[in-house]
Amino acid sequence: MADMKIGAYICQGCGIGERLDTAQLVNVAKREGKAAVAREHEFLCNAEGVQMIQDDINNDGVTHLVIAGCSRRAKTEAFNFEGVALSRANLREGVIWVRPATDEAAETTQEMADDYVRMACAEAKYMKMPSASGEQGLVRDILVVGGGISGMTAALEAAKAGYKVELVEKTGALGGVSAEMYKKFPYKAPYNVLVDNTTNELIEAVNANGNITVYLNTTVAKTDGAPGRFEVSLATESGSSKDVMVGAIVQATGFNQYDINKLPELGGGKSQDVMDQLTFEKMVKANGGAIKKADGSEARNVVFVQCAGQRSEQEGHLPYCSGHCCMTSIKQARYVKDAGGDATVIFDDLRTPGADGEDVYRGGQEAGVAFSKGKVNSVEAGGQGLKVNYNDKILAEDTYIDADIVVLATGMLPASGPNPYLAQDIETAGNEENTALVEKLKAEQENAPVSVLNLQYRQGSDVPHLKSGFTDSHFICFPYETRRTGIYTAGPVRRPMDAHQAIEDATGAALKAIQASENAALGRAAHPRSGDLSYPTFRKEGCTQCKRCTVECPFGAINEDEKGYPVYNEARCRRCGTCMGACPVRVISFENYSVETIGQQLKAVDMPDEFSEKPRLLIMACENDAYPALDMAGMSRQEYSAYARIIPVRCLGSVNTIWITDALNSGYDGVILLGCQKGENYQCHFVKGSEIAHNRMSKIDDTLEQLNMEKERVQTYEVSIADIHRIPQIINDMEKLIAEIGMSPFKF
Amino acid sequence: MSEVIATNQAIMVVGGGISGLTAALEAAECGKQVILLEKSPSVGGRVGQLHKYFPKLCIPTCGLEIQYRRLKANKNVRLITMAEVTEVTGEAGNFTVNFKIAPRYVNENCTACGECEKVVVAEFPDEFNYGMKSRKGAYLVSNMAYPQRYVIDPRIVNTEDGEKAKAACKYGAVDLDMAEQNMSLNVGAVIWATGWKPYDAAKIQPYGYDRYSNVITNVEFERMLDPFGPTGGRILRPSDNQVPKNIAFIQCAGSRDQNHLKHCSRICCMASLKHTTYIRDQLGDECKSSIYYIDIRAIDRIDDFHRKVKEDPNVTFIKSKVANVVAGNGDNVVLKGVDTEGYNRYANEHDLVVLATGMESTVPANVLPTNISINEHNFIDLDSDCGIYGAGCSSDALDVNRAAQNATAAVLRAIQVVNRVAGQEG
Repeated sequence: MADMKIGAYICQGCGIGERLDTAQLVNVAKREGKAAVAREHEFLCNAEGVQMIQDDINNDGVTHLVIAGCSRRAKTEAFNFEGVALSRANLREGVIWVRPATDEAAETTQEMADDYVRMACAEAKYMKMPSASGEQGLVRDILVVGGGISGMTAALEAAKAGYKVELVEKTGALGGVSAEMYKKFPYKAPYNVLVDNTTNELIEAVNANGNITVYLNTTVAKTDGAPGRFEVSLATESGSSKDVMVGAIVQATGFNQYDINKLPELGGGKSQDVMDQLTFEKMVKANGGAIKKADGSEARNVVFVQCAGQRSEQEGHLPYCSGHCCMTSIKQARYVKDAGGDATVIFDDLRTPGADGEDVYRGGQEAGVAFSKGKVNSVEAGGQGLKVNYNDKILAEDTYIDADIVVLATGMLPASGPNPYLAQDIETAGNEENTALVEKLKAEQENAPVSVLNLQYRQGSDVPHLKSGFTDSHFICFPYETRRTGIYTAGPVRRPMDAHQAIEDATGAALKAIQASENAALGRAAHPRSGDLSYPTFRKEGCTQCKRCTVECPFGAINEDEKGYPVYNEARCRRCGTCMGACPVRVISFENYSVETIGQQLKAVDMPDEFSEKPRLLIMACENDAYPALDMAGMSRQEYSAYARIIPVRCLGSVNTIWITDALNSGYDGVILLGCQKGENYQCHFVKGSEIAHNRMSKIDDTLEQLNMEKERVQTYEVSIADIHRIPQIINDMEKLIAEIGMSPFKF
Repeated sequence: MSEVIATNQAIMVVGGGISGLTAALEAAECGKQVILLEKSPSVGGRVGQLHKYFPKLCIPTCGLEIQYRRLKANKNVRLITMAEVTEVTGEAGNFTVNFKIAPRYVNENCTACGECEKVVVAEFPDEFNYGMKSRKGAYLVSNMAYPQRYVIDPRIVNTEDGEKAKAACKYGAVDLDMAEQNMSLNVGAVIWATGWKPYDAAKIQPYGYDRYSNVITNVEFERMLDPFGPTGGRILRPSDNQVPKNIAFIQCAGSRDQNHLKHCSRICCMASLKHTTYIRDQLGDECKSSIYYIDIRAIDRIDDFHRKVKEDPNVTFIKSKVANVVAGNGDNVVLKGVDTEGYNRYANEHDLVVLATGMESTVPANVLPTNISINEHNFIDLDSDCGIYGAGCSSDALDVNRAAQNATAAVLRAIQVVNRVAGQEG
C-alpha cells in the first residue's frame, strides 16, 4: 500500500463560513489531525471544489479524504472519488443547524466543529480502502429445491435469463399440488372464468429447457459453502448421490395440508364426504367435472366452510388466514354449479382482494353460488347425508343446511425445515422461567420436520422461521431479506399464498438468487449494504475461541473449525459488524470499519477538565435510522446539546463494549446508544443487532460499578427514523442529567 | 450515480415510488444499466407520505433510506426526475422511450441550504400534504427528498419572488431560464411502475366529501400524524381543529363498486385498522373508532393485526356498506345504512369520517404500444414476451410487500429480454 496521506477539506458554504472559524478548523486538521493537506473552500461541492480535491488526489498523492461540510448523506454525487478512503465531518446538519447563532453559543459551537474535524481525521487515519478478498466463488448456477409451481417457475425464469438450474424434487414427478387442480382462474383479465390447468405445459417447458437439469426422487443431503460456491450433495431415493456446485439457492418446498381429523366438530374424520379442498379438487378432476360422494352417487348440495381451523387462537388451530381459500372455494363452488348442483359458501369475511379477486367473487355470484355470512358450529354426519349447523349472521339466528358434501377450507402449513433457533429459544425461555413456552417449544422440537437443506452452518441446518413455521422474510419493504444470504424461499413456505402470487414470488426469488451469485463473484455484499466490499477478518493469535462471534452472527456467516476458531464465509456476511461488537478481545475488524476507526474517533475528542462545566456526551447512532433522524433534526433546526459528539455506526450490534469503557475512562460524562426497535416486530435490518446491543449494554452496569459511576450515564434507546423531535430530547435530557449528577471524575 | 448509456441492453424503469425504486435497484445490483424516470421532483412516491406501515407499524422512510443509500452507491442507475413519458414505441429488445423533462429551475449546484425558501413569499398548496397545508414557491419536497435539491414553482418564475430566490442563492443554483426538454432514449425493456392515486372521493356523491369538511380521506388522515404535516402530528377534525371523539371509517369508499372502481384495493382494510391504532396511541380512551365494512380483508399472517384491533374495546365493527352521509349536529355528520348482521337500520352521528378510498391505477392511455394489454381495471396484464412489464400498482392493487415482490419479479422478466439482446449482439 502506498503511503497514507490525509487531505482535509473544510467547506465554508451553507453558512458554515459565517458561523465557524474555518481557518481554525484547517489548523486543527493539520496540527491535530495530521492532515498533510488542509484547505478551506467557499463552496466545496461545486465543480471547482471537487476538482481541487481531485487534483490533490492526482498530483499530491492524497489517499485519505476528510470532507468537513454537510452530512455524509448529502452531496454524495459530488463527493464521489475513486480509489480513496473518505470520512465526512458533519458541520452543517450536525453543528450549525442544531446550534443557535448567538454569541454565547459561538464558543461551544466552534468546539463541536473542532471535535468533528478531529474525529474525521482520526477515522480516516485508521481506514483502509476495502477490496474483495480473492476468495470469491464463480459459480452462477442456481439450485431450486421443490418441483411444484413455485419451484418450476423459479427454475424456468432463471433459465430463460441464461442461467443453469439444478431442480430437485423429492417425489417422482414435477407439478406438486398445482398439477392436481382440475381448473384454475386465469392470471390475467377477465378473471371471472375458469380455464384449464396449464401445469402440464409448465412441466413440459421445464423438461424441454436445456439450461435445467431435473432430479426426481431426490433430496438435498448436504449444503456447504456460501453464495457463489455452495457445495450441495444430492441424494436419490435409490441411494446414489451427486455433488453439484451452485451460486445460490431457491427453496420452494410449498405447503402441507392441515389435517382435517383435527376438526371432528366440523365432521373431519367422521365421514368421507367431509373433505378438505385438495381432496375435493382431486375428486372433481378424477370424475372429469362430475361431483360425486364417496359412495359414487351424485352430490347435489355442497357446502363450503371457510376458515376451518384457521384464524383461530384455539389449541391446534392455525392463527393465520391462508389467503387463497376463499378464491379456491369460489372456484370449486363453480364446479358444483357447472355440474348442475347447489353450492353454498359459509364465510366470516370473504377475502378476494386485488384486481382479480372481485371479478372472481362477482363471477361466483353470477354463476349462482350462494354466499352466506355465518359461523359454522358443527357438521353432523350420519344417516342420509350431512347437516351443517351454523349461525346465520345476517338473520342473526341459528339454522342449518343439509349437504351431500362438506368441504372444509383448511389452511396451509409451511413445508419448511426445522427452526434452527429452537434450542436457543428453549434456553432463553428456560432462563426466563417461562415453563409454558419451554413445553410448547419442546413439543415443537420433538415434532420437527426433517431438514430440507442440511446446511453445514454453525447456526443450524435450515432457514430460520419468522412465525408459525413460515420461513424468514422481512415482510414489508424487502420481501427477500432473509437471514441466510444467497438462500431465498418462495411460495407458500414463505407465507400463505395462492398460485398466482407464488408465480410472482418465485420469479422474484429467482432474480434475487441470480443477483446473489453475481455479487458473490465480485465480493460484493448483499442487501442492505449492497455492494460493500469490506468484510470482517480476525487476528487468530489474539482469539480466545470464545465463540461469541459465531453464536451472535445473525446470518450464520461464521462457522467454527475443529479448534473452535471462527471460519468466516464472507459471501454469507452482510457486513453489519455484530461479530466485531461481540469480540471481547477485539481481534475482529473490517478494513474501513474497526475497533480503531471508532475508538480513535471518540478518543480524538478534546476533553475539557472536570471544572469546565462542559461535559462530553458520546452518541452512537444507527446509520440507517437514528443518524438520518438527527440530520433531519438539523434540517428542521431543532437544537440539541453542544456537548454531544455523534458517531454513526453500521448497526448497534457492532458496538463493542470497549468503546463504552474507553469513553468512560477518557472522561465522557454520558453515553447514549441509539438503535432500532427489537423484538417480535423488529425493525433492525440486521435482524438482531439492536437486541444484541441491548443485552450487552445491560451488562455494562458492572463496569460502571467498578468505575464507581452512576449507571444512568450509559443509556440505550430504541428509536426510529421518524424520531426527529424525540432524539434531540433524549440528548438534551442527558445533558440535564449530567448537570444533576455531576461531571465524570475521569477527566485527565 | 453516473451517466448510464442507454442501449438495447439497458432497462428503463418508469416511476420512482417503492416499486420503481425496487425494480431499478434490483436490476442495477445484477449489473444491468438502468434509467429511472420519476415525474415529480423527488423519488419515494406515496409511501413517503405514510406515517407507518402495517402490520409492523414501522416507519416507511426507514426502508426508503436504505433504498436511497443503495441508489447513491450504485453507478448503474441514472435517475432523471421531473420526467414524464409521452410515448413508447418499438418491441422487446428495441424500444424508443420519448419523455419530457419539466424545468426544476434549480441545477445541481443546489446544496439544499434553504436560503431561497426564506426569501420567497408566495405560497401554494403543498402536494406532499395533499393540499392540507401550504408550501413556499421555493421548496424541498420533504426532509427525505431525494435528490436533496430544491424546486422553484413555475408560478413564481416570472415574478419578483423568482428573482429574489435567484438573488438569495450564493451558489448559482437557481436558473430561471430552464425550459422543458424533450428526450428520447433507446432501451431493451421497460418496467412500468407509475403506481396509484387515491380515488377521487368527490365522485362518491352520497358520502359528501365535497360537502362536509369533516369527511376526509385515508391518505389525508395519514398526513395528520406527521409532526411536520398540516396539524403538527395531531389528530384534529378540519372544521374547527378540535380533537375528535367519535371517528367513523367507511371501507370500500369507491372500491368494489360498479359505479367507481370495480376492484378491491386490497390495502384499505389494513390501513383503517392501522389508523385505529394511531387513534388509540394518541387519544387513548377519549376517542372511539367505528369501522363500517363489507369484508375485512386482512390476508395471511397480518390477520393477527386484525385480531388485535378487534380486542380493542374502543373499536366497533359494523358490517355495512354505508348508504349515505348527511349533516348532523353542528359540524358532525350522520352515517345512514343497514347493519347487515341482524339487519338493523342505523343513523349514527360521528364528528369525523375517514373514507377508505381505494387505489386507482395511473397507467396512462395512448402511451404504451398497442400490443401491451391494459385490462379494464387499468392494470397492465403480464405478457412474458412483450418487453414491457407492469410492476407494483401498475399491475394490481398491492400492498408494499407485494409491490416489492412483484417489482423484483418484473426485473427478471426485463433481464431475460436484455440478456437475449446481449446474446444476439455478442
